Amino acid sequence: MARITAGVATSHVPAIGAAVDLGKTQEDYWAPLFRGYEFSKQWIADEKPDVIFLVYNDHATAFDMKFIPTFAIGCGERFNIADEGWGPRPVPEVIGHPDLAWHMSQSIIQEDFDLTLINEMEVDHGLTVPLTLMYGQPDAWPCRVIPFAVNVVLYPPPSGRRCYNLGKAIRRAVESFDEDLNVQIWGTGGMSHQLQGPRAGLINKEFDAEFLDRLVDDPDGLAAMPHIDYMREAGSEGVELVMWLIMRGALDENVNERHRFYHVPASNTAVGHLILENTS
Amino acid sequence: MALDKPYKDIPGTTVFDSTKAREGYHLNQFFYSLMKAENRERFLLDEKAYLDEWSISEEQKQAVLERDYNRVISLGGNVYFFGKLFFTDQQSFEIGAASMTGMATKEYRNMMISGGRSVEGNRYVEEQD
Repeated sequence: MARITAGVATSHVPAIGAAVDLGKTQEDYWAPLFRGYEFSKQWIADEKPDVIFLVYNDHATAFDMKFIPTFAIGCGERFNIADEGWGPRPVPEVIGHPDLAWHMSQSIIQEDFDLTLINEMEVDHGLTVPLTLMYGQPDAWPCRVIPFAVNVVLYPPPSGRRCYNLGKAIRRAVESFDEDLNVQIWGTGGMSHQLQGPRAGLINKEFDAEFLDRLVDDPDGLAAMPHIDYMREAGSEGVELVMWLIMRGALDENVNERHRFYHVPASNTAVGHLILENTS
Repeated sequence: MALDKPYKDIPGTTVFDSTKAREGYHLNQFFYSLMKAENRERFLLDEKAYLDEWSISEEQKQAVLERDYNRVISLGGNVYFFGKLFFTDQQSFEIGAASMTGMATKEYRNMMISGGRSVEGNRYVEEQD
């Protein structure tokens, strides 16, 4: 059967993608950030996941204001790279896993999570920057990817509790798929940041450190945190962190923390990164 | 009964909620149109004429023309949508964000490199009186 073996959390700041694409990773501003992912690149080269279930948010790219799905799963065969206003990022196209994605859709909807099902959409930096951080610049991504988009653009996003429980449904959906597959789940976005208004630039290292600790050791308690705490403490866009709870919900109660990294800043944002392995 | 909006007392912050989404629908669709290169070109050629094609208020048009992003927010603009205008203007998100804080870009960048804006004194509007 298919198994979820590990979870990865990482921020997905667009400027990180631009730094790689423009060859700036060795510059003083960026070098410390990319050093934090060196372990991760080696780790994933050893782990060789077959499929990444990649939780991210679309940034007014595939979805405009015409319709706004709270949870959308990419069931298509492939996903093109979006032009976000400066041309598409020069990265390989994303190859989906329609058999697993459709199987998971049916399983998850039967557990009362009303997913929007997508055959065709373009993917933006929210999805491609994490792939770049973990895999560098290959000619083709060495794994299939199931994009899973969560609305965090229009308030309210789903609650932390709902995200955490969705993660559990995702795990059951994966484990009921007959084919032997090594599946990882990634939660992206965050950490503390605010992009808008006079309070833009807010960073809260104490909040972020506690969030990382509790995500590992107390996810059930962390899932109870209301949106207002994220927004007040970690910036209006810090609420993206609810997506990390989807990843965490799909893992064992006790996990092995293989790697942790934290860095400020990348553009307007605090970058956080975790690698968690299932122990069972 | 009114909706509970506990985020109203966060200083310098406008949460893009259902009221804002209602107010800003057409404005944000205008920003979204700038995803296409041909629309960016047409807009830059004659900004007012392009804006007049959209059913948005004169106040919203003026805020766009002046690149007054705090005003854009107060009139229903969403940062991920008006970010398309940063890119149309060939500006980064960092420069765009800095413009809303009243800081010079370099000053803002230095603040970020030094660890960002502290949350201390920035949690509640009352703290700023």
